[in-house]
Amino acid sequence: MKPAPFKYYAPRSVPEALSLLHEHGYDAKVLAGGQSLVPMMNFRLVQPAVVVDINNIPELATIQGDNKSLRLGAMVRHAAAEKDSLVKESAPLVHESMPRIATMQIRNRGTIGGSLSHADPSAELVVVTTALKANFRIQNQSGERVVPASEFFVGLLMTAMEPEDLLVEIEIPPLPPRSGWSLKEVARRPHDFALVGVAAVLTLDRKDRCEDARLVYLSAGDGPISAPEAAALLQGEKITPDLIAAAADKAAVDEIDPGSDIHATAEFRRHLANVLTRRALEEAHQRALGGKEEI
Amino acid sequence: MENQFDLSLTVNGVSYQREVDPRRLLSDFLRHDLGLTGTHVGCEHGVCGACTVLLDGAPVRSCLIFAPQAHEHEITTVEGLGTIDDMHPLQEAFREAHALQCGFCTPGFLTTLLPWLEEHPQPSEEEIREAISGNLCRCTGYQHIIDAVKLAAEKMAAG
Repeated sequence: MKPAPFKYYAPRSVPEALSLLHEHGYDAKVLAGGQSLVPMMNFRLVQPAVVVDINNIPELATIQGDNKSLRLGAMVRHAAAEKDSLVKESAPLVHESMPRIATMQIRNRGTIGGSLSHADPSAELVVVTTALKANFRIQNQSGERVVPASEFFVGLLMTAMEPEDLLVEIEIPPLPPRSGWSLKEVARRPHDFALVGVAAVLTLDRKDRCEDARLVYLSAGDGPISAPEAAALLQGEKITPDLIAAAADKAAVDEIDPGSDIHATAEFRRHLANVLTRRALEEAHQRALGGKEEI
Repeated sequence: MENQFDLSLTVNGVSYQREVDPRRLLSDFLRHDLGLTGTHVGCEHGVCGACTVLLDGAPVRSCLIFAPQAHEHEITTVEGLGTIDDMHPLQEAFREAHALQCGFCTPGFLTTLLPWLEEHPQPSEEEIREAISGNLCRCTGYQHIIDAVKLAAEKMAAG
C-alpha cells in the first residue's frame, strides 16, 4: 500500500525541527531512518498530517566520546555505529548488537535514535541501552531534559517522549573496571526479530565477588524486561555455575513475561531465556575476570 | 499542487528534476516517474529486498524512503550496473550460474551484492548467506545464487 498524504518538512537545524514539532504537536511525526515508521505509513497504520524529516541535520549524526560517556547522536545510522572504532572500544555491547539488528539494507538507513524512539520490545538497542544505563537527551522548544533508560521506556512502543519532543542524543556511560558483558539471543536468521534474548552486564570486586549484575531481556514482555531478583541472587557472591543456574531459573520463571505467537510459545521462550541467561552470565563473567580485555 | 516537492537527484549518473508529492516512495518514483522499471516492488514494507537500490553507494530499501529524501543524493538502480551487451561481471555470473528463474528478485540481489563484493572480495559461503539474507527469492532455493556470488567474486578478482 501507499502512505496517506502528508505535509513534508526537512529542517536543516535542531531549533528549526523543534519549532515545527511545537507548531504541529500531535499531528507531526519525526522521520529518522524510516525503517519502522515508513512500513507503518505504507500500511496506513500511521497517518501523520505532517512529517518532520530530520535526515538533513548533520549535528544529530555525530559520534563523540570521552572518559565520561559515549555520545551517539540520534541520527547515527546503525551501519555507521557498526563500523565506528570509538563505539567498539567504549561500548562493545552496542557494537556487538549491531549485526543482529535487521538486514544490511535496513542498517544502512535505520538510526539509533529512531530504533530507541520506536521502543520495540524485541529491539536489541532498547535492551542494550537499558543494561548499560544509558541516558536519553531530549529537547523541545522549552528546553532540554535527560531521561535515564529506566524511565525512557514506559511500555509497548511507548516512551517518555511527548509529541513536541525530539530525542537528540544517547549518552552511554562506560562500564566500571572489572566488568563483563554479553548479548545472547535466538533468532531463526541472524537479523530476524529474536524469539527471546538477554543482555548481561556483570561487575566484580577485587575478590572476584559480584559487585553489580544487570540482566535485561528482549521479546520477553511489553518493553525491556529487567530481572532484578535474579541479579540480586548474584550480588556479593562468587560466581559459580550453580549460582548462575539459580539466577537463570529465577529470571526465566519469575521475572520475564513472554507471550506466545506463531513463532514460539511462551513456555519455549522461557526455556530459551533460561539457557541464554546461563550462557550470557558465563561469558560476562569470563570477560569481567579478564579485566578490560575481551576474551 | 501546493504540497509538491522540487526534487533534484542523480540516478545512474543522470541528473533529474521532478515535482513530486512527498508521499511518493522512491521505488515508485524510479518506476513511474523515471520509467526505470528494473527496480521491483515486492512487499512494500522492507522485508523482501526486491526494491533495493544504492543510495550514495549503499544498498537501501527504496520502498522505505520517500522520494524527497533522495534530494541531492545519488541513486544507482540495476539499470546502472550494465547493459544487455555489456553486463557487469556480477550479472554475467548470475546468468552463467542460473541464479534466477523468474527474475523478480534479481535486481535487489544485484544491487545488494555489488558494493558488498567490493568490500568482501573473497567471501566464504557463510558470509554470502548472511549478505543475501535480506533478499527473498521464491524460485531458486538460493543455492544457485550462492554459486553465482562465488563465481562473481572470481570474475571481479580477475578484472
